[in-house]
Amino acid sequence: MQQISASLKNAAKTSVWTPFNIVAGIIIAVGLVLTVIRFTGGLGAVTNLDHHTPWGLWIGFDLLCGVALAAGGYMTSAACYIFGLKRFHAAVRPAILTAFLGYALVVLALHYDVGRPWRLPYPIFYSQGTSSLLFEVALCVFLYLTVLFVEFTPAALEWLGLKRARNLVVRLVLVLTIFGVILSTLHQSSLGALYLIAPSKLHPLWYSSYLALFFFVSSMFAGLSMVIFESTLSHRFLHHKMDEHHLEQSHGVAISFARAASFIMMGYLFMQMIGLAADNDWHHLTTGWGAWYLLEMIGFVALPAFFFALGSRERNLRLIRWTALWAVLGIVFNRLNVSLVAFNWQLPADQRYFPSWMEVGITLFIVTLGVVAYRFIATRMPILYEHPDYREQQEE
Amino acid sequence: MGITRRQLFGWMAAAGAGALAPGVAKAAAGKHFSGYPESFGVLHDITHCIGCRKCEAACNEVNDLPDPDTPFDDLKVLQDKRPLSATAYTVVNRYQFESASEPVYVKTQCNHCLEPACASACFVKALRKDETGAVVYDASLCVGCRYCMIACPFQVPAYEYDKAFTPRVMKCTLCYSRIREGKLPGCVAACPKEALTFGRRDDLIKEAQRRINRNPGQYVDHIYGRFEMGGTSWLYLSPRSFSSLGMREDLGVKAAPEYTSGALAVVPMAVTAGVVLLTGIYAIARRREQIAEDERQAAVAQTRARAEEEMKQKLTEQKKAADKEREAIVNREVEKALKEAEQERAADKPAADDDSGKET
Amino acid sequence: MEQAFFTLQEFMTHTKSVVYLLMAAALIGLPLFWLFLTGRDEKKRTF
Repeated sequence: MQQISASLKNAAKTSVWTPFNIVAGIIIAVGLVLTVIRFTGGLGAVTNLDHHTPWGLWIGFDLLCGVALAAGGYMTSAACYIFGLKRFHAAVRPAILTAFLGYALVVLALHYDVGRPWRLPYPIFYSQGTSSLLFEVALCVFLYLTVLFVEFTPAALEWLGLKRARNLVVRLVLVLTIFGVILSTLHQSSLGALYLIAPSKLHPLWYSSYLALFFFVSSMFAGLSMVIFESTLSHRFLHHKMDEHHLEQSHGVAISFARAASFIMMGYLFMQMIGLAADNDWHHLTTGWGAWYLLEMIGFVALPAFFFALGSRERNLRLIRWTALWAVLGIVFNRLNVSLVAFNWQLPADQRYFPSWMEVGITLFIVTLGVVAYRFIATRMPILYEHPDYREQQEE
Repeated sequence: MGITRRQLFGWMAAAGAGALAPGVAKAAAGKHFSGYPESFGVLHDITHCIGCRKCEAACNEVNDLPDPDTPFDDLKVLQDKRPLSATAYTVVNRYQFESASEPVYVKTQCNHCLEPACASACFVKALRKDETGAVVYDASLCVGCRYCMIACPFQVPAYEYDKAFTPRVMKCTLCYSRIREGKLPGCVAACPKEALTFGRRDDLIKEAQRRINRNPGQYVDHIYGRFEMGGTSWLYLSPRSFSSLGMREDLGVKAAPEYTSGALAVVPMAVTAGVVLLTGIYAIARRREQIAEDERQAAVAQTRARAEEEMKQKLTEQKKAADKEREAIVNREVEKALKEAEQERAADKPAADDDSGKET
Repeated sequence: MEQAFFTLQEFMTHTKSVVYLLMAAALIGLPLFWLFLTGRDEKKRTF
């Protein structure tokens, strides 16, 4: 364990004992211990899952939020390659990398969550339960992870100096992007649709036959906000790795993405209202659940949308960046509401689920792995800058 | 201005989509399924149940479940409401009402839906509706995602959270292997008070209706499970409202797969339409780029042509000027030569005279 | 070929299997057809 965390620490070429490395090392060490407990003692040994709540934090946060926040990958690559908005080019690689790592970690988290992880390929290769929405999710995650991996490889191949393989992959980018957009559209929405089968368990304010659409639309602004947020972090900590091309474009990217996110969020608010109207759920708004719902809608959608609008009108990058963090938290809030808070809302309080510290620990462990991996890759491979050997081809 | 071709196409497409939509809806709604014919079920007459827990004991034995903490003849456990669990496929709960001296006992277990939510939710077909009427689980396929537990409206499937390597979903099997052998389910065989009646579901509905009709005032006029969630193989008769006995009456009559069929139906169409749409958007973006590029090039070409023209003109002018200059030089040279010649002539006159004579 | 289905669940599992196969065919077939469609265009960089 020490060795692993030590080798991870070595990954950052600077002094080994930076605060980041120490904290990350501790979290990873604890995570490894918890991993051993999970896989030797079963789910019951580390989680608070029970008969009423079979899906806890690992599904609610790791899966639902992880996938939603990885949406930046398809949003950015679609804007750049399909819609032909070339000025977002510099944002594509970081977004693809985030998405790839996000999905890889989602799959890793699923290994912790399902009872028999070695059977995870079953739904795709062995016994296809096509009537299940989870089948669709599984199929899409599997295919999209593959697509993202291929989309990511040019950076790795450039790093490794494998020109021919790199050029071969780059030729596939367009097809991959179209596949990627479709696959992620589908399974962003089907994650919401997972809950369609349980109308009796999910609170009516969150349950809607439009749940799939809500998940998809909210993933769009989640992805955009995440790209802004993540570029903020990169600017802060990896500024030296960025080339002029990236720096030049990144302000424009932030402002355009904030504008797009703001507008989509406003649209999302109207969609939510239409959803309420379709099921005539208005009377729930006056209950405690209604207040919680309004907090989500006003506090984590309407307000960020407004501040995004202000930020992009006034070209206030600082405001945009803080709002991006806010919007990201809003998405987390929404996904946790659907999967944990408003789920099983009729159960008496003492039977409700609350994650154990070990579940939180595993989640932190997985997030940390993601950050470390991002740092490892972004400090080595041409992510935030263009590789000098290939610049011309991209500019052309 | 008349209708452009593009507009016309747009309208045609919209009209086509409008005409198609209801057709699609009809095609989906036109199918009706009424379940396996002659499938079995159990009628639980709650008024007959005395809470002896003999069914729990029989279930435990038939299914080789682990021994309970407290023996089955200990009725003190009835003081608390117990949920189903990984070690108990069936549980009897007691409901005491202030208005009545006698408590009411209700047995719970998997209701074996006609359209099981769990089977619909299972992504490896580990759960299926058997022709006997049982909803059957195959642990050899199960990945352990527990989506069946999310899906079940009756909170039936339980999970072996404490097992690290072989956790299973645990739930009542309706003793379908016993049924196939011609035996009764364990609980039904053990019930001393005929609170449980095994038979064909269709017959059980008739029997239940007969009991309601025969005994006015004894039952609420509702057979629970007849329509709930599209109908279940277990049916219940109760002396008081089902919701007061912990059984949800707000589940509706829609079968579970119907809730997801819409979302599932969108998937293939979204993929296909998505490929077409995105390729189209890409092509349009490319085309636009191409047009912009062409226009730019045209503009460049035009400028170049104009410049060339000017250049040519200038060149010709320059050439002319050069020619003139050259001419001037030649003339000057000629003149010079002439002058020199004249001077020479003036020097030796006689020769010159000869020449002049020749010329004239 | 009319198959007998007794439950909606069974019917959906069957029809969705077919539909997913067709979907895969569309995913692979349409891009290939696009290549055929634009095959005679002058070579342009497609990213």
